[in-house]
Amino acid sequence: MELKNRNLRDIYVDLLMEYAETHPELVIVEADLSAALATTRFFKKYPNQAINVGVQEANMIGVAAGLANMGKLPFTHTFTPFATRRVYDQVTLSVAYSQLNVKMVGSDPGIMAQLNGGTHMSFEDVGIMRTMPTLTIVEPIDGVQLASLFPQIAEHNGPVYIRLTRKDFNAIYDEGTEFTLGKAKVIKEGKDVSIFASGIEVKEALDAEKLLAAKGISASVIDVHTIKPLDAETVIKEAKRTGAVVTVENHNIINGLGSAVAEVLVENCPTVMERVGVRDHFGEVGKKDFLMEKYGLKAKHVVAAVLKVLDRK
Amino acid sequence: MENRSYLEEKAKEIRIQTIRCIGKLGVGHIGGSLSIADVLAVLYYDQMNIDPKNPQKPDRDRFVLSKGHGGPAVYSALALKGYFPLEQLCSLNQPNTNLPSHTDKNRTIGVDMTTGSLGQGFSASVGMATAVQLDNSPFYIYSIIGDGESQEGQIWEAAMFAGSQKLDHLISFTDYNKMQIDGTVEDINGIHPLDKKWEAFNWHVQVIDGHDVIAIQKAILEAKKATGKPSMIILNTIKGKGAAFAEGKVGSHNMPVTEEMAKEAIERLG
Repeated sequence: MELKNRNLRDIYVDLLMEYAETHPELVIVEADLSAALATTRFFKKYPNQAINVGVQEANMIGVAAGLANMGKLPFTHTFTPFATRRVYDQVTLSVAYSQLNVKMVGSDPGIMAQLNGGTHMSFEDVGIMRTMPTLTIVEPIDGVQLASLFPQIAEHNGPVYIRLTRKDFNAIYDEGTEFTLGKAKVIKEGKDVSIFASGIEVKEALDAEKLLAAKGISASVIDVHTIKPLDAETVIKEAKRTGAVVTVENHNIINGLGSAVAEVLVENCPTVMERVGVRDHFGEVGKKDFLMEKYGLKAKHVVAAVLKVLDRK
Repeated sequence: MENRSYLEEKAKEIRIQTIRCIGKLGVGHIGGSLSIADVLAVLYYDQMNIDPKNPQKPDRDRFVLSKGHGGPAVYSALALKGYFPLEQLCSLNQPNTNLPSHTDKNRTIGVDMTTGSLGQGFSASVGMATAVQLDNSPFYIYSIIGDGESQEGQIWEAAMFAGSQKLDHLISFTDYNKMQIDGTVEDINGIHPLDKKWEAFNWHVQVIDGHDVIAIQKAILEAKKATGKPSMIILNTIKGKGAAFAEGKVGSHNMPVTEEMAKEAIERLG
């Protein structure tokens, strides 16, 4: 399977098909966004393992819960706001509270909704899903990582929310790199500051690390691909080692990765910290570059946050 | 197939246990529990392929009480059927109970789906029937929805999908007792003509007396014959049926019931 230079959705569908071949219990459940995720070829090859309920997100979750209740392994999909806030009660009760094993893909998180605009732009999805007991939240960032995490997600016994960017890809990892669900990846180990990033912001964090190195600042970059359960051990270890923390996320700074990291720090080793993310705004229509600039999500914003936190150290 | 007197006796026993336990607790969803006693008697004592000694038997029929607040009646049916001891029934809503107000598949042996947020259980039963169809399994999925619950949008999402997909191993009932918490269904947000709505969603529809056990039995047999469509059996019922203090009363949705009231009602059922 080619894991580089391809849209993440195509790799995701390859992984689904590969797994479906040997796991007849896998069923994908779409709500009229099969074309958007490019699962059309899955429907052709595995018609008895694919359902499309049409434009019915609440019923999609209910049907998936029912399928799981009969021993199936459903993977649902819709855009992030509809995968979370629109069906929050359905996911809470029919899936999580009922202890049913449903995997839920929300595509194009945060600013990646781009031209679909503010109505489709979720900056709160991690926050609301994070408060749901038993739920795991994963944000894979490239094909290598997705391929490594996919079987772990499928085999994890419990609901998982997967924040998946469909088209954008920033190949970050070398083929063969392995990841463990629930364990953050330390990409670069520095000594002055620890930058925790998720999703598309991992690339910005890595770019920031280079800019900082040019200024003589040594930064750790940690990819928090599993936002819940948060890898507290790595957070604490890094914070103790560098004594300064910056979080970077394509999400509201309220209740996302930054909040999760802050919760761990304040209870274990209070550390100076800055959060880079959307500062309590709704989204709006625009392309990625414009939105990253507008909401302060670029490498330069990470650099500014690092300089600020180092001032407070 | 069981006869009328046997099934009527079982429905009476379900009512007696339900009234007894709610009376013991002092409050409960008695109206919507008593209105489904007859259909539960037919399902648990006649129509469903289930085995209390093997509650997770893979090829069993499944039952989802989407109007989850009718839990006490289901618990009565399960206990009478032998899933758990009758004495356990009076733990209803007590600390650490396995019998919460609304049915919970992870707490109660014999409960197939967790429900309580209206509309969701029905949607799950449609998903379960989808699995039956995908696997070409022989068994049936049964579900009961409320008439007030039928105001939920998710009911009609699921209805549309089940009709469109011809899920003919799904047999659902509407407990049409015409009442909801705040008044009569027609006054609050009318659902009439209910049969026409389900027909329009491509369901096989029957309207029967929901307290006539033989009518219920015949309707289920008829539903099984109707291939290519899911079945909706609309049960014309009376809220609180069988307990004079609750029967036909809007206030019976969730009402205080003393042990004296319970005792008198049980004596009358005799």
